[in-house]
Amino acid sequence: MSGEEFVPLSLTPLLIGIFAAVACALPGNFLVLRKQALIGDAISHVVLPGIVVAFLLTGVISAWPMMLGAAGAALLAVVMIEAIRRLGRIEPGAAMGVVFTTMFAGGVLLLEQTDTSSVHLDVEHALYGNLESLIWLDAVGWSSLLDAQALAGLPVELGRIAATLIGVIAFIWLFWRPLKISTFDEGFARTMGIRTNVLGLALVVVAAIAAVAAFDAVGSIIVIAMFICPPAAARMMTNQLERQIAWSIGFATTSAIVGYVFAGYGPLWLGAADAVSAAGMIATVSGVILALTALFGPCRKRAGAPAQA
Amino acid sequence: MLELASSNGIANTNEALAESPLAIRGLTVSYGQKPAVFSVDMTVQAGAMTAVIGPNGAGKSTMLKAALGIVKPLSGQVTAFGKPLEDQRARVAYVPQRASVDWDFPTRVIDVVLMGLYRELGLLGRLRGRHKAKAMDCLNRVGMRDFADRQIGQLSGGQQQRVFLARSLAQDADLYLLDEPFAGVDAATEKAIIAVLKSLKDAGKTVVVVHHDLATVTDYFDHVFLINTRKVAEGPVDVAFTAETLQAAYGGRLATAQIDQLSRAAG
Repeated sequence: MSGEEFVPLSLTPLLIGIFAAVACALPGNFLVLRKQALIGDAISHVVLPGIVVAFLLTGVISAWPMMLGAAGAALLAVVMIEAIRRLGRIEPGAAMGVVFTTMFAGGVLLLEQTDTSSVHLDVEHALYGNLESLIWLDAVGWSSLLDAQALAGLPVELGRIAATLIGVIAFIWLFWRPLKISTFDEGFARTMGIRTNVLGLALVVVAAIAAVAAFDAVGSIIVIAMFICPPAAARMMTNQLERQIAWSIGFATTSAIVGYVFAGYGPLWLGAADAVSAAGMIATVSGVILALTALFGPCRKRAGAPAQA
Repeated sequence: MLELASSNGIANTNEALAESPLAIRGLTVSYGQKPAVFSVDMTVQAGAMTAVIGPNGAGKSTMLKAALGIVKPLSGQVTAFGKPLEDQRARVAYVPQRASVDWDFPTRVIDVVLMGLYRELGLLGRLRGRHKAKAMDCLNRVGMRDFADRQIGQLSGGQQQRVFLARSLAQDADLYLLDEPFAGVDAATEKAIIAVLKSLKDAGKTVVVVHHDLATVTDYFDHVFLINTRKVAEGPVDVAFTAETLQAAYGGRLATAQIDQLSRAAG
């Protein structure tokens, strides 16, 4: 594929896919180790009612109100999960399940009851996003990367997800030590003066921001997959957290690239006429990677798991 | 109930508190309807090795965790070296129960010990050769030097416990609080741990251990604290570790013959 075709049609969706995948996979490493992986799932589901409510209130499909609505819903969900967990004294997984299915169902109902037929807001869009449409029409080739006028026409989603990714990286870099210590041994972390409650909440908020930004660009399927699959696959490749993070970035990036290419060309190679959803294919590739590492990864045995009674 | 707890706290305040490495007043903790720890006072003797003993579910670990702010107490005041504990974190090292963490966590032995240097390193302080040398030295003191690069999941229970002890040594604290360090460890590890704890005591440090093996209390410790939700007894072993206090703490759970034997051992 030449630059004239690749840069306007494929470069930006690819970059957005990669950034979204990595932005979710990074906090996903800690969520998986804290056995909170489901929270990514929860957040990406509750985002839907948030967006619908934002649309109902403002009457327009525009990014900022929707991002705010989604973020608000995510925070509400986190608070509700904590409240149900503490008041009901049940395990976090069950509390998450109750909250996110209820809120997602509410979102679907709201969506069906409202007249959104005139605007691009539907369940399918929420699930799969619209990665293929995030093209860069102002570009004519690689030279456009240096052309200020063409750069001004970049899809806004690219800037948002890039900024989100930078924020996620900054958070993890800055709080690396307390995150690692409190994920391993929360009680000890408290006695070291680490405010584990605040840090744990901050991690979930960062994950929520990544989920909302990624949802905006690529839909919830990728978000759900990327919080869990690359970190879980990475865990089976190494026994060191630092290397696990590196592997997860590699797996997220690979999923995004391979998934995007397969979605666009795979069906043609197989003789089918149409391309398939890039988001669906990216999520599928990440699942395949997880399956392969689960079968062949060098560190797939849970050596330190407590003995079964 | 809460008023009673706090008035106890005030009534017991005296100069001894100012010197005690750990002073607890009116500590009450509850996980549900029933308190796990009720209105407990404890004044740890500086430079001593104290065993916290009591039957299962008596609130031994809970008292320690609440004193350290790991679980939130309903009421009570805690001071370390005469100041609020929050200001004395650097002087207090805590060794949690081995089973409280997931040893499948992707990290190496040396990395766990380096966690003990977090207060020294801060968020972004550079990890230097001297930090690693210190961590290796701490591993050496517990006989685990050769395991520095192992993944923690590959260790036996006793080895894991020694790594936790090495992490607390790296903190260079003045007060060491250990929660059941001898639970489920091999004899060699028990010996190694008690040797390290005695060396800490010889260096003027204060050691408090949640302990479950009554038979070794008189060999290992010079002070005891008996608890069964409420405080039962506190003081030097020969005064507080007697047939009467054990009977009071354990009730019918210890056979009389066993208590006689223990109190003979206690002298």
